[in-house]
Amino acid sequence: MIHVENLTKYYDKFCAVDRINLDIAKGEIIGLLGPNGAGKTTTLRMLTGYFKPTSGDIHVKDLAIDDHPLEIKKMMGYLPESAPLYHSMLVYDYLDYIARIRGLNGDKKLARIRKLADLCGMGGIMHNTVSELSKGLKQRVGLAHAMMTDPEILILDEPTSGLDPNQIAEIREIIRQIGREKTVILSTHILSEAEATCDRIVIINKGKIIADGSTQDLKQAATKERFIRISLLDAPFDEADALISPIDGVKRVEQLNSADNGRLDLRLTCRSESDLRKNIYQAIKATDWILVEMHQETKTLETIFRELTKEN
Amino acid sequence: MPQAIHILTKEVNDYFITPIAYIVISIFLLITGWFFFTTFFLYNQADLRQFFNLLPIIFAFVIPAITMKLFAEEVNVGSYEVLITLPVTMNDIIIGKFLAAVVFLAACLIPTLAYPIFITFMGQLDWGPVIAGYAGAILLGGAFAAVGLFASSLTRNQIIAFIVGMVICFALTTIDKMLFFFPQVLLSVIGYLGADYHFQNISKGVIDSRDILYFGSVIFIGLYGAHLAMRSRN
Repeated sequence: MIHVENLTKYYDKFCAVDRINLDIAKGEIIGLLGPNGAGKTTTLRMLTGYFKPTSGDIHVKDLAIDDHPLEIKKMMGYLPESAPLYHSMLVYDYLDYIARIRGLNGDKKLARIRKLADLCGMGGIMHNTVSELSKGLKQRVGLAHAMMTDPEILILDEPTSGLDPNQIAEIREIIRQIGREKTVILSTHILSEAEATCDRIVIINKGKIIADGSTQDLKQAATKERFIRISLLDAPFDEADALISPIDGVKRVEQLNSADNGRLDLRLTCRSESDLRKNIYQAIKATDWILVEMHQETKTLETIFRELTKEN
Repeated sequence: MPQAIHILTKEVNDYFITPIAYIVISIFLLITGWFFFTTFFLYNQADLRQFFNLLPIIFAFVIPAITMKLFAEEVNVGSYEVLITLPVTMNDIIIGKFLAAVVFLAACLIPTLAYPIFITFMGQLDWGPVIAGYAGAILLGGAFAAVGLFASSLTRNQIIAFIVGMVICFALTTIDKMLFFFPQVLLSVIGYLGADYHFQNISKGVIDSRDILYFGSVIFIGLYGAHLAMRSRN
């Protein structure tokens, strides 16, 4: 559906996007993840034809974006970051304008606007001016704008930023519904969102793709180690370290607190093949320390993300 | 081209849903009415010469105020990103916005038709120069609107767009009155650049292809400049 090759964008000398390659199939929901300034928005803007790439090619359905900008724009719906709309227009007038420019007329246009008003929950605000709307409502209008002609490709730049938790859940539901038939590309820096809505996640940092795959793939690739946390009462660190370190599979024992109140929190880094909790428990049972807490940490997307994008 | 019409209607609606349009029209009518009628009875002539003499200098101030927002506001608010990702070409956008400014300008001129109608009650008005004058006013206004649109495409600040547009329009209006400062060899060229000179020819009722060509060229250069400036943004 979308084929991106060696896409590069320089702002003067600053390289915002550095030789990105990406193939997106029809019907995929792709999450573009990355810290602020990683190049997410720039990438999306190039995909929509708003920015011209410094070098590299974008093909949508075998059409090059340089040669067929209008055809590609007709296939795409785009929600820019922070949904910039015409402030002085009424919501209805705005949607009407977008519908006409996208070639909808008469009854078809009315039916579509009505359907979008239902889908995005805008029934009560059609006759308000855009400048009166809250951030969340603007976002909905922006989303309706993007979906006006039921486009095959939907590009959403931080679709849930500034929304309250209920609205976020609603918008995610909408995105998932659309994603059953359409190709959706969304950018976000909220990890749980990517995990909840996307089939595939692409992590970008400093303009480069550093990970690409389903959430499952990413987690598996990153779980070479697992962590076990334990909390003990009346245990000095030296003795606990001496007891636990020799257990087969434990690579490292770290103390997490200063143990002033008699409580010792430890983090054990273990090899991932086996579950060591049984062995550790048995070792502790032989002492007269009291075990108050023990749990195994599974790696979340968040820890993976932080490992991949932190400095060095 | 139908896309340009959608942009045109949207921009014209935009003018008239905010109070700006009515304020600009009122100010325009107040100023032209005041300057025209303070001298009209002194001259004791049933024509609109004085009105058309005033028009270029008033347009030089009013039209950049009409066009200043067309691109500057859009880029500043960010809605330009929405516009450019819709299935429209840059030419659609520029022509739509330019024509919206011309429509607005015509809306400013329509109430002034009351002057010639009023004059016919007091004397024999020759309608020829009046009709030519209004046609010339649209051409002149179109040329200034193209310049104003170009100024608006240069910046995201509307005030700067207004001042740049006004300075260029003002220079075009007054340059043929400053020939004194230029070397002799340049006089004919610079004289030809004056918008006022060409407009006065038309408003006398003389429709000369050179004058029409002049306004056509200014419109083309202004719009093409705006095209280049907006292109270079992305």
